[in-house]
Amino acid sequence: MGAEGIGARVARKEDKRFITGKGRYTDDMVVPGMKHAMFVRSPHAHAKINGIDKSAALAMPGVIDVLDGKQLTEDQIGSLICGWMIHSKDGSPMNMGNWRPLAEDAVRYVGDAVAIVVADTKAQAREAAEAVSVDYEELPAVTDSMAALADGAPQIHPNAPGNQIYDWEIGDSGEVDAALASAAHVTELNVVNNRLIPNAMEPRAALGHYNAAEDHYTCWTTSQNPHVARLVMSAFYNVAPENKLRVIAPDVGGGFGSKIYIYPEEIVCLWASKRTNVPVKWVADRTESFLSDAHGRDHVSNIKLAFDSDNRITAMKVDTVANLGAYMSLFSSSVPTYLYATLLSGQYNIANIHANIRTAYTNTAPVDAYRGAGRPEASFLVERAMETAARELGVNPAELRRKNFITEFPHQTPVIMTYDGGDYGASLDAAMKAADYDGFAARKAQSAASGKLRGIGMACYIEACGIAPSQAVGSLGAGVGLWESAEVRVNAVGTIEVLTGSHSHGQGHETTFAQLVAERLGVGIDTVNIVHGDTDKVQMGMGTYGSRSGAVGMSAISVALDRVQAKAKKIAAHLLEADEADIVIEGGELKVAGTDKTLPWFQMALAAYTAHNLPEGMEPGLKESAFFDPSNFSFPAGCHICEVEVDPDTGVTEITQFVAADDFGTIINPMIVDGQVHGGVTQGIGQALLEGCVYDPGSGQLLTASYMDYTMPRADDLPSFTVETTKTESPSNPLGLKGCGEAGAIGSPPAVINAITDAIGNNDLAMPATPQTVWSAMKA
Amino acid sequence: MYKTNYHRASSVEEATSLMAGADDGKLLAGGQTLIPTMKQRLAAPSDVVDLRHIADLKGISVAGNQVTIGAGTTHADVANSAEVRSVCPALADLASHIGDPHVRNMGTIGGSIANNDPAADYPAAMVALNATVHTNSRQIGAADFFTGLFETALNDGEIITAVTFDAPEKAAYQKFPNPASRYAMAGVFVAKGGGGVSVGVTGAGSDGVYRASDMEAALNTNFSSDALDGTSVDPADMLSDLHGSAEYRANLVKVMARRAVAAAS
Repeated sequence: MGAEGIGARVARKEDKRFITGKGRYTDDMVVPGMKHAMFVRSPHAHAKINGIDKSAALAMPGVIDVLDGKQLTEDQIGSLICGWMIHSKDGSPMNMGNWRPLAEDAVRYVGDAVAIVVADTKAQAREAAEAVSVDYEELPAVTDSMAALADGAPQIHPNAPGNQIYDWEIGDSGEVDAALASAAHVTELNVVNNRLIPNAMEPRAALGHYNAAEDHYTCWTTSQNPHVARLVMSAFYNVAPENKLRVIAPDVGGGFGSKIYIYPEEIVCLWASKRTNVPVKWVADRTESFLSDAHGRDHVSNIKLAFDSDNRITAMKVDTVANLGAYMSLFSSSVPTYLYATLLSGQYNIANIHANIRTAYTNTAPVDAYRGAGRPEASFLVERAMETAARELGVNPAELRRKNFITEFPHQTPVIMTYDGGDYGASLDAAMKAADYDGFAARKAQSAASGKLRGIGMACYIEACGIAPSQAVGSLGAGVGLWESAEVRVNAVGTIEVLTGSHSHGQGHETTFAQLVAERLGVGIDTVNIVHGDTDKVQMGMGTYGSRSGAVGMSAISVALDRVQAKAKKIAAHLLEADEADIVIEGGELKVAGTDKTLPWFQMALAAYTAHNLPEGMEPGLKESAFFDPSNFSFPAGCHICEVEVDPDTGVTEITQFVAADDFGTIINPMIVDGQVHGGVTQGIGQALLEGCVYDPGSGQLLTASYMDYTMPRADDLPSFTVETTKTESPSNPLGLKGCGEAGAIGSPPAVINAITDAIGNNDLAMPATPQTVWSAMKA
Repeated sequence: MYKTNYHRASSVEEATSLMAGADDGKLLAGGQTLIPTMKQRLAAPSDVVDLRHIADLKGISVAGNQVTIGAGTTHADVANSAEVRSVCPALADLASHIGDPHVRNMGTIGGSIANNDPAADYPAAMVALNATVHTNSRQIGAADFFTGLFETALNDGEIITAVTFDAPEKAAYQKFPNPASRYAMAGVFVAKGGGGVSVGVTGAGSDGVYRASDMEAALNTNFSSDALDGTSVDPADMLSDLHGSAEYRANLVKVMARRAVAAAS
């Protein structure tokens, strides 16, 4: 490893601009003649629209136009789609309700967009939006998934009878039922995975600019995947053909999944720009974010875990109902199916697994992937069940897990996935050592002496990252391929630009991707620029989500670098009159191994572009590209241990220590990985202790629509984290990378709840385990 | 925020006349409730009369054991006042835990008690300290001042100028913060003075701040946490919301009272 290569703890290149307030976000973009938009949103959870009177709003100062769903339909703008087809177990395709970018006939959740007001100033647009008079005929609403699937529930979409989107299964129910019937012990648990609101620091925003002279659109947007946004807006929403639509996702302040999807607002801003002939900017305020960003989780599950007399797991049966909200967001259908049920084997050798998943429409914001997307739900279910089983069986929870670990790879689970490698015992050992697991009893006694209840809990999670391979996901219903692209351009002076289809919205790609180049070409990271987030600059790419930018995005760069290195060596061999096989690249030079003959990197680059003296038949220039499609997912795994102290008087939980021992394969920048683990664990602790999205079941109003009621984790809610890593390289990509972006949020919630239930001696504890919830559980 | 007319008053008299001339005027003390409410378009006063530049409303003075705090004194100033710390550290401690540094440097004691948010901290101290609220026209005892949720005895346009109280022998405030907003979900101010023990409770009561008279009786007999064992808080008198049921708040009131007594002892 060089000072800035793979494994170096390099400070983030992008932080100077972020920390000094010089980032360039969508709201920082200003286009001459730009006007401001405000959306008129439904105050009702479910209502018929009988009419919209825009006359008062249109007459208000500064108002340019007020546009509604009828006009959108006149212009043949398409409905929003879900890009992953799921078939129910009876073979029927999922029931996708019609999602118009502006609701025309009915609204289905509080915050559903009905019209857009464009005005000279945002204040004027806001005033006018309040003056748009929508004649709503209120309908009964349902916000809970189980209630939505019950007889007599309000019908939300005409083509989804009983509000069911699909009823899907995986695995062999006959084998599982037989194993349950003959089991020595069955652990059964009902688990709710609480609904969360993502809360990226930067609210969503869009600036749509239609240039009539060129008949061309530009969209600046807060997107994790601008190319996918362009593809979907062109191919499905009929906004403009791809060659007439440029999508730019500049600096983006956090996504956590919520900025993967194409939302109504960017479509409508682009369309409104053409309608009004002015550039139209919309920036969500925080309340709009709460109401209209795609939410996460919201599963209700039952799990049965069968054990033989030797405490080996023989079967698992899972029944889950997932709430997908009022409309099917872009990848919503895949989250409770292929991103969830396929991970139910956890780290364990389980011969038989069956899961049945039903999804429901409700009068709530759409629900889609949120940091972890299905894997936190699976990990929570499996690891709560394992801890419960250990308590019921009267055995050590670590040893029960160890006894059931998968130890041989590749391992084919009964739920599609083939785990490519790992060492689960190593991360369990590392976590237990770091947590001084053996010293727990003494610490518990000490807490008891001061009137506190101490508990310890662990979770051995697995997840699947680097989503791909394209052919596999295509066969499972994905509407897109999940490769990634890269282009490496060596300039005439030897500096380097890397164009990547990945998108950084906090991950630090500008640093880690440059570190890969530094490692391979022996140049400093300051000579490397990472270009991303602009469909006019960068070749088609698939974007960043599912912890895929390392395993897939960097792998594409790696392949392109192979090609650059190969051509550079050919040029150097020619100029140094040596054999190409003897050329090595290091320290900014191309050297002939075993001699003192060298060629500075920049001279090789200059030679490529002057083309005065290149090998016979070689094209000038030095620029290579690659599209990388991995052979499998990668499978990060690890063990998280949480220790808590509960105040029995108030139910307050203090996390006294949190240990994360993770196997992420190769690590490019340990500092950035630590940061990802800290952030992920913080979000997981947020889910476990603090965050809960609550709708009023009668009115469908969002009760947690601000930070006064929605509890975001704060620094003083958190302990100082202990982060350990173990390493087995992923064999599924050239760098051995696995992915670290979501693991923290996947492993931590079950570890926290296992610790609290251990402390209070009641296993029935809902998330978020607020002081009130813990206090009530202690009294139950 | 809706459009409004902003006025900077330089004296209480000027503020009074500006309010009299306004259609629907609002007094701005520190603005930590009013401004967010206006930004959320939940309040739309025609005129805002800013009291923050009236020198007479600011300052802390202690004469003997009588404490006078100008209505325009910020929480940070109370928290950092050596005089308050020396005669009534419990009040400085209370002020040091209101909101965050931004709120403490803008919010004022007069604004807090005039707003009488059921989850605000100062009202508990005012009732427990038997404070007197001084306005531009009269003096009102704390017991009569707080009349219900967000309700006070103030008349329209009446301006609080100061609060006074006799420093207690012992006092302490303990609050249990709402996990999200960090406002008090139950806050108990216990004071022991010449007139006996007073217990002011905020954040929990369904009618806002109140005096816990049975706790006071128990503590007048025996000023110790254990004396509260025989008392009970009726959940029927408690607020209930997303974050804390009436039963949970009733428990918290007792726990916070015990801790306040322990801290004061």
